[in-house]
Amino acid sequence: MLLFRLKHTIELGAKSLWMHRLRSSLTILGVVFGVCSVIAMLAIGEGASRQAQDSIEKLGSRNIIIETVKPPEQQKDSGNVEKVRNYGLTYSDAESIRNTLKSVEVAVPVRIISQAARYNSRKVAVNVLGTVPWYEEVSSIKIIDGRFLSAIDLKHQLAVCVVDEQVARKLFTFDDPIGLDVKIQGYYYRVVGITGKSVDSEMTDAFSDSKVVSKSNGGVIGNIYVPITTAKCRFSEFSFQMSGNSRNAERVELQKIIIKVGSNEEVLPTRDVLDSLLSRLHKKQDYRIVVPLELLRQAAQTRRIFSIVLGSIAAISLLVGGIGIMNIMLATVSERTREIGIRRAIGARKWDIIIQFLSETLMLTLVGGILGIVLGTFIPFLVTHFGHMPTVITPISLILAFGISVGIGIIFGLYPACRAANMDPIKSLRHE
Amino acid sequence: MSVVNTKKLCKAYQLGSFNLSVLCDIDLEIEQGQYVAIMGPSGSGKSTLLNLLGCLDKPSSGKYFLDGKDVSSLDDNELSLIRGNRIGFIFQSYNLINQLNVIENIELPMYYQGMSESKSAARARELAAKVGLGDRVKHRPFELSGGQQQRVAIARAIANDPVIILADEPTGNLDSASGADILSILDDLHQQGKTLIVVTHDEEIASRTQRIIHLLDGRIEREIHNGN
Repeated sequence: MLLFRLKHTIELGAKSLWMHRLRSSLTILGVVFGVCSVIAMLAIGEGASRQAQDSIEKLGSRNIIIETVKPPEQQKDSGNVEKVRNYGLTYSDAESIRNTLKSVEVAVPVRIISQAARYNSRKVAVNVLGTVPWYEEVSSIKIIDGRFLSAIDLKHQLAVCVVDEQVARKLFTFDDPIGLDVKIQGYYYRVVGITGKSVDSEMTDAFSDSKVVSKSNGGVIGNIYVPITTAKCRFSEFSFQMSGNSRNAERVELQKIIIKVGSNEEVLPTRDVLDSLLSRLHKKQDYRIVVPLELLRQAAQTRRIFSIVLGSIAAISLLVGGIGIMNIMLATVSERTREIGIRRAIGARKWDIIIQFLSETLMLTLVGGILGIVLGTFIPFLVTHFGHMPTVITPISLILAFGISVGIGIIFGLYPACRAANMDPIKSLRHE
Repeated sequence: MSVVNTKKLCKAYQLGSFNLSVLCDIDLEIEQGQYVAIMGPSGSGKSTLLNLLGCLDKPSSGKYFLDGKDVSSLDDNELSLIRGNRIGFIFQSYNLINQLNVIENIELPMYYQGMSESKSAARARELAAKVGLGDRVKHRPFELSGGQQQRVAIARAIANDPVIILADEPTGNLDSASGADILSILDDLHQQGKTLIVVTHDEEIASRTQRIIHLLDGRIEREIHNGN
């Protein structure tokens, strides 16, 4: 019985909507765009936040990264003055951190030198990372062949290196790099291992607005890891820059110290202690502390704001669609006044009339919702393909969009339906 | 037993501070199976009386017993129910629903009474055949002539086997030939024992009935009982 009434109501609604095909389809269009923009916007927002989250997570949530930052210039030098500026993190900083902070599990010093690496006649620009064997613990790199640096390499300052996948592919192409020698600044280093794709060493910059000293990433294709002791004796800590007539020299011992603490809860307190320790050791503000966990929280915050903004834009378009529907339904109701009168005269209750018009509105929004979902799942693909932006369609957003379109149908359909039901049957019957 | 029984039925409209009385102290009794015409000049209250008898309107005062039941104090839902299963309407302008075909139009009152689909479809088919439209069940109202439309309307009016059938100028929009068809169908209904109340200007229609009630200025002026 109920099923029959449902079927009858749907049939009737479909017939009435079919009678005004153009009007119905234009009305549906409003909902289609609304729903489709909700899904597309949520997908773009979700994609952006996942990307940010992934890259931050790669930095390690239990890590604290201290980076060397070029301190602001005290005074502008003029003439042909040659001077050496000493700044940045030092080996003794790393030592102090390891010795004073008990929450620190590992402290990994990192030197980064931009150099050309050669093999046979090939040459590529790389970042040479001077570091220690336990670098593995604070990084997301994975050994895919051979081994990482060892304590023996470190102790004896051996000329060995580990290359990452990109370097292996570009420099050695078809050869198996392990056991081969790569030449950097006149010295040969034997390749003992290959790591997976490196985390972009510039990653942290994207989340900070302060100026960073690290050289621009131009042409650097990947990382080569060497023991830090080896790096210390083979690569100069000085770097020279020509600017006009003056020749500036800089001396930086370490570019980074990466610290890992025992648990997520210890990250922030450790950061504070670290800050006070370093501020005592450093006169100049030549370092900065990056906390991935904090970035993660900031990203979550940004993501929420982003979603709210995108969501409200989409909601407005849905609202416009809903108002369009209400407008059309009001017009339909007044156009069908006589029909309402007839139905009332032959026994329709107010409730029957409400159901009739509400179901018509719901059918419009449901069809609009479904088309919107189809279109809305399609658009993010286009955005990803042409706009090179990651998008993620979550099932929640589909359910949400569908729910919203139904909700719109009920909310904006109820008033016209009630208006229809409350018409005086006698007046409606006389209506021309 | 009287099907329609009204006691001092009044209808007045409040227009600002002015109280416009349209119908006043109507005492009317109509027996089961009677064929009654209501006549009177424009503005005499014919339509208002018909609306009251059809439970489309509520009286300002007085009582109305339909089939022994007091309907003057029922709420909207109950009145809708009464209209659906006790009363059949036939209008001057047919008042069919355009997006529905003949069968669906006839089915509609049964649908609102909650009758099952198979039963109502069978009954609608039977009624369509009865009014001579058995071969046009799939036609939509605008594909039919005026006379055919009115026949569909009659079929719809008797679908729920009502106790009274109210007709408001049923031949007013028709040529004389189709009008005669309609009137003979009404005569048939009367023969089958239905109670018919017809509002009309047409003396010829009135002469077919058993009883003519003349209204003037909201009151029953006189009643004529035809011999037949």
